[in-house]
Order: sequence, then structure tokens, then C-alpha cells
Amino acid sequence: MATLIGHSSILIIAVPLLIAFLTPLIGMASKKARNAVVIVSLAFVAFLVFALARDVILNGIHIYTLGATFPGLTIPEGTMVPVRIILEVDGVSVFMGIIVAIVSLVAVIYSLSAMKGETGQNRFYTLLLLMVGGTFGMVFTGDLFNLFVFLEITSISGAALIAFRTRFADSQEGGFKYIVVSAIASLMILFAIGLLYAQYNLLNIGALAAAIQYTMLDRIALVILISAFVMKLGGVPMHMWLSDTYSVAPVSITVLLIAASQASMYALMRICFTLYGVTLDLAVVGWIIIAIGILSMFIGVTMAVRQTDITRLIAYNCVCEAGFMLVGLGVGLAVLGDVTALRTYGTAAISGAIFHVINHALFEGLLFLVAGAIFYRIGTRDLNQMGGLGHTMKFTAMFFLLGALASSGIPPFNGFASKILIYESVYQFNPILTIIGIFVSIITLAVFVKAFFSAFTGASLPKYEDIKEVPKSMIAAMTILAVIIIIFGLFPGLVVDWIVRPATDALVGQTSYINAIVGVIP
Amino acid sequence: MSKIVRTVANQLMAFVLVFGLYVIMHGHVTPGGGFQGGAIIASGVVMLIVAFGSGQIKKFLRERRLSLVESSGALLFILIAFAGIGTVFFYNFLVGSRIFGGIPPTGSNPGDVWTGGVIPVMNLAVGLKVTAGLSAAVLALALFSSGEEMEE
Amino acid sequence: MTETLIGNFPFVAAVVLMGIALYILIFRRNLIKIVMGITILSSSVNLFLVTLGYRAGGIAPIYTDAPEGPMVLPVVQALTLTNIVIAVATSALILSLVIRIYRHTGSLDSKKSRRMKG
Repeated sequence: MATLIGHSSILIIAVPLLIAFLTPLIGMASKKARNAVVIVSLAFVAFLVFALARDVILNGIHIYTLGATFPGLTIPEGTMVPVRIILEVDGVSVFMGIIVAIVSLVAVIYSLSAMKGETGQNRFYTLLLLMVGGTFGMVFTGDLFNLFVFLEITSISGAALIAFRTRFADSQEGGFKYIVVSAIASLMILFAIGLLYAQYNLLNIGALAAAIQYTMLDRIALVILISAFVMKLGGVPMHMWLSDTYSVAPVSITVLLIAASQASMYALMRICFTLYGVTLDLAVVGWIIIAIGILSMFIGVTMAVRQTDITRLIAYNCVCEAGFMLVGLGVGLAVLGDVTALRTYGTAAISGAIFHVINHALFEGLLFLVAGAIFYRIGTRDLNQMGGLGHTMKFTAMFFLLGALASSGIPPFNGFASKILIYESVYQFNPILTIIGIFVSIITLAVFVKAFFSAFTGASLPKYEDIKEVPKSMIAAMTILAVIIIIFGLFPGLVVDWIVRPATDALVGQTSYINAIVGVIP
Repeated sequence: MSKIVRTVANQLMAFVLVFGLYVIMHGHVTPGGGFQGGAIIASGVVMLIVAFGSGQIKKFLRERRLSLVESSGALLFILIAFAGIGTVFFYNFLVGSRIFGGIPPTGSNPGDVWTGGVIPVMNLAVGLKVTAGLSAAVLALALFSSGEEMEE
Repeated sequence: MTETLIGNFPFVAAVVLMGIALYILIFRRNLIKIVMGITILSSSVNLFLVTLGYRAGGIAPIYTDAPEGPMVLPVVQALTLTNIVIAVATSALILSLVIRIYRHTGSLDSKKSRRMKG
């Protein structure tokens, strides 16, 4: 068991890749065997993630050097810098890993019935496992170029999955927009990595953080990296691909795309807090991220008000929630150098933002799965054509209400816990930001109430007389997310103490990250 | 295409295959490697598609065969990476053994193929995958624009 | 000033290519031209990376029958090779999506083949 946990960081990345390449061979033989193998392997990966999370939270950072004689050998004999690809798993990495593990399991369980009639399902599961492996790789790696490679793996398989149902024209358009935006963002990231390598001859994040001085080329690299990662996570002004893409993909893929966007948010946190740390102009960069967050909140919710397509509405809500997280992170970054402010409200702001990451993945995932269930039964996403579905689709209506209340920050659901952390800490930094945040949450509630009433309540339309509830595996997937939302809402203190606080400590203190790689600097 | 083009393409494919395999297997001593050699063989397949037309080639390069070769190349890569997990994942366990196990001298040396450990085997796996993958992609695009589909 | 521009000519060429690619991506509407813009952007980043590794008077970083002299940096050449492989996969995917869009909407103009607005 101890050796399993010792190797678990690479097993979590390599087992989905192995099963992805095994799936076409098994699928040629039997379909049920292939589905069983995929679910069992993702359950095994989830078990490994939870075991690794417990070990990292109790015992500290995990290091894994690929190809050395033992996993901790970062700097071998005769070299003075870390060589080989090094996976470095700390508190915030396992936090993201937990999100991806839960989301991927839910997505596969949902796909079992949602993808039943489609052809080419071997390729679907191969691409899905590749995307899951790529997202795990993005959050566990400690090397900048490895981050770029896994980002590309996730983007390309994601784009292929968005355009999977080739009979819909808008899916192809959504996939095209996603791959164009991803290609431009990734090439800009590679340009910035080239700039950093040219100066310091290092690609490892920990070693680079120890060596970095804030020269002019480093500033250029920082600007390029921040813009590229904000482009990938859907912040304003590069948010327009998000609504086109999330609304037309198969909804189990949309749930994974949300996890991939949160992995880009993780990469942004890594760059700002760990790679650059206190060498930044903290106030300037912090306020820029806060400004991007405020714009995202505002534009996200105002665009959501005028949507008639239910999945586009939820996608614009995603933009709005990303704004909340960026505001919390920006406040934490702006006070990173000031010890008293950090202790009073800085760590609370970062904790609120990190807690909101997992809550966002959960309730947005639930809302998208409900919208997909409606589309599965009635074949349209237009709110004007829906009405009275709640009489027959009782579970689906309940889950939509749950997700909508959680998203608007209503107690006792999980959105309230993370949003109140953000409101309270940001208020002490600047009260206007909190007022804007509360105002945006009220409009979010209004938008979702409108959607719920037009889709589920009212008189049943005659053409929907014989609509039944959706198949059991889709209900099971939605139930998993709903149960976790309720548990996180009822016991937020436990969640913050167990998984959010170690993540915040890992982000705020970059020295433990650096010392794990290069040893204690004298 | 005319008979001259078809005959020359047939004869040239042998040389393309030999050169591609040379680039794949010597990837650890000379420039090249898995992707480069695989791309060379795939460009040979493109030459055959141009000479004979995609309708004829699709009877030979079926989807199942290409998928099988591609998956086995990728599986060989990942399984060799897993085979070293007794020590560490991706550990080069063939160094010092009888297969590809020589240790080259430092500095400038006449390159010996029987060195490198796991690297030439992984080059071969990547070469298989890239050949099958790129050939399938080009054949699918060529068939798609004329309205047909790949054979099962 | 002109001496530094001529002395660092590959860097200048990489930035000019990047400018051309960004101009195409922002102002051109034909879908195939957008694909070409992404390819040119990828080429400019590859050129930038390879030029970073150059050392004056250097030879290729291969030990087989190597002549005397300093070698250029090999790590950036590995980064460039990986980027070329990624660009091949991206181009294959994006071209097949363009063919599908053309099949569905009959036009390669992004203003006419857009279905989703607002």
C-alpha cells in the first residue's frame, strides 16, 4: 500500500492513458466489457486520488522523478539543476485532482445511456480517457513544458469530443472555435516558456521560482502567460468561445470541459503565486486580475439574462462564476506581501476562491447534466418551446432547482459557503467589490428562476404528453453530484479544514514547493 | 494516374519503407526517431494514394487493420513504460542487458545502434503508431472529399 | 540600432511572422485562411525556439562522428520537435472540422456559416 501511494501520482496519469489505448481492442470484441473496463479503471483512479490526497495533506509534498533510480532523486550526481520530468503534488494539486476524479466518474456514468445510440463509441471513450489523463497531468506536473504538452492533449481531445456528434452543424462550429482559441493560447504559452528558458536555462517550476528575478523579459512572459490562461478559462474579454462551445457539446463532455477550464485556473494560480511569488508588482497584477474578474461577473450575468437557449444560459453563468474566483484570487495576490492583511483577510479570500472552484464544478456540472437530460427527451434546447416538464420529470426538476439555488449562493447549499467567504474577505479589501458581487448573485437567482419556471412548471404542452423520466444511469450521475452539493453545503467547515486550508497554505507559501525540489537553500 | 506513374510509385515504395525504418531505428544515434520515420512512411502512403486513387487503396488499408496497428504501437509504448515501475515509472531497465544494452563512450564516437536501452524500442512503437495514424488520417480525408467512407 | 536588428535577424523574422499570423487571425474571414494563420503562428514560435539555442560557431548537438567545437542547445530542439508533432495533430483535426462545416453550411466564409450568435 505504501509503494502504491508512492507511485500513485504517475499511476493516476498513466492508467487512463493505458486504458485509452486498450479500449479500441476491447471494444472490437465486446461493448459491455469495454464499458465495464472504463468504469472500473476510473474508479481505481479515483481511489488512488483520495489515497494520495490523504497522504499529501498529512505528510507533505510528493515528488516523483520519471526515470530516475528512486522517485525522490531530483538532482542526480554531477548535475547542479533538476533534470528529468518531475511531478510535484502539493495541497492545491490534490484539490484539483479530487475535482477531476469526481467529475470524470460522473461523466462516464452519464455517458453510458446518453451515448447509447451513437456510432463510433470506441473512439468516444478513448478520447474521453485521453482528456481525463491530460487534465490529471496538467494539475500534477512540476515542469512548465510538461504543463504545455498536457494542455495541448486536453485541448485537442476536448475539441474532437465537442464535435463528436457530426450530424449537428453547431457542434462542428463549436469544436472549430474551441480548437482555434486553444491553439492560439497554447502557442503564446510556448512563446513565454521559450522566453523564460532563454534567461534561466530551467524548465522546472520549483527551480525557476528559486532563480527568477523580475527582469523586463520576465514581465513580458508574465503578461503573455496571464492572458493565455485567462483566454483558456473563459474570462472576459476572451469569453465568447465558452457559450458557443459548452452549449453544443454532449453534456458529459461539457462537464469535463469545465474541469479542464478549472485546470487552466490552477495553472494561472501556479504561475502567479508559486512561479513568480512575491517578486511581482503585487498591487498592479492583483488589481488587473480583480478587474478581469469584475468584468467577467458583470458581462456573464447580463448576457445570461437575454438567453433563450438553456445551455447557453448556464454557460454564461459559468463565465460569471469564473469572475468570482478571479476576484478572490486577485485580492489574495494583491496582499501577498503584507503579512497582517494576509492573515486577516488574504488567506480567507484565497480559500473562498479555491472552495468556489470545487463548488462551481459541482453545481454547473449538475445544471448541465439536467439540461442534457431535457435535450435527450425532447430534442430541443429552446426555453420558448418547453413547458410543464416538471409533472413527469420530477427528479430532473428537483436537481435543476438544487443546482440553481446553489449557484446563486442560497444557504444551505455549497455556493453560499464559498461566496460568503469571498464576500467577507473582499469587503475588507474594498467594499465596492462585495456590493457588485451580491448584486450579480441576485441577478443570477432571477435568471435561474425564470428558466426553472419556463421549463418545468406551468401547464403541460400536448406534444410532451408521453415524456418519461430519463434512464437510470443519468439519474445516478446527477444524484452523485447532488449528494456532494448537499453535504458540502451542510458541513462547509469540515471541507475547508480538510481540503481547502492545505491548498491555501500551499499557494501562499512558495518556499515549501521550492524546497521539495532543490533542497533547502542556505 | 498513368501506367508510368503507377509503376514508379510501386517501385519507389520499397525504398521509402527502407529509409523510413532506417530513420526510426537509428533515432538514438543520428537525427530522426519515431515521429520522423513514421511521417516518412506515411508520405510514402500518400504517394500511393495519389498514384492509384483512394478507391483502390481503401481496399487494402482498412479501418480495423490500421486501428489495430495504431493501438498496438501505443500499447507497446505504455507497457514498456510500466515495465520499469519496479524502480520508477519510465526507468530504462534495458541498459546493461543483452537487448540494446551497450553503454556508449562519452564525447564524439562512431554511433553504435546497440545502445540506448529502452529508447529504440519506444522509437519503434511510436513509429508504428505515427505511420498508422497519419495514413488513416490522410486516407480518411481523401475519401471524405469524394464522398465515400473508409472500409471496416 | 540597425546592427542589432541585422545581428538578431532570426528573432526579427519570428516576430514579423507572428505579426502576420495575428493579422490573418483577426481580420480574415475564410476558414482555410484561419487554419493557415494558425500554421504560420506555429512556425514563428518554432523559429523563435530554435534560434534561442544557437551559439556562434556551434555544431549540431549529436555525438555520432561529431567534429570539434561547441554544440548548440539541444533542449530547445526537443521542444520544437514536440511542437511540430502537436501542430500536425491540430491541423488534421481542424481541417476535418472545416470540411464538416462546409458540408453542413455550404460556405467557407465565417460570416455566412455562423449559426450561433449572441
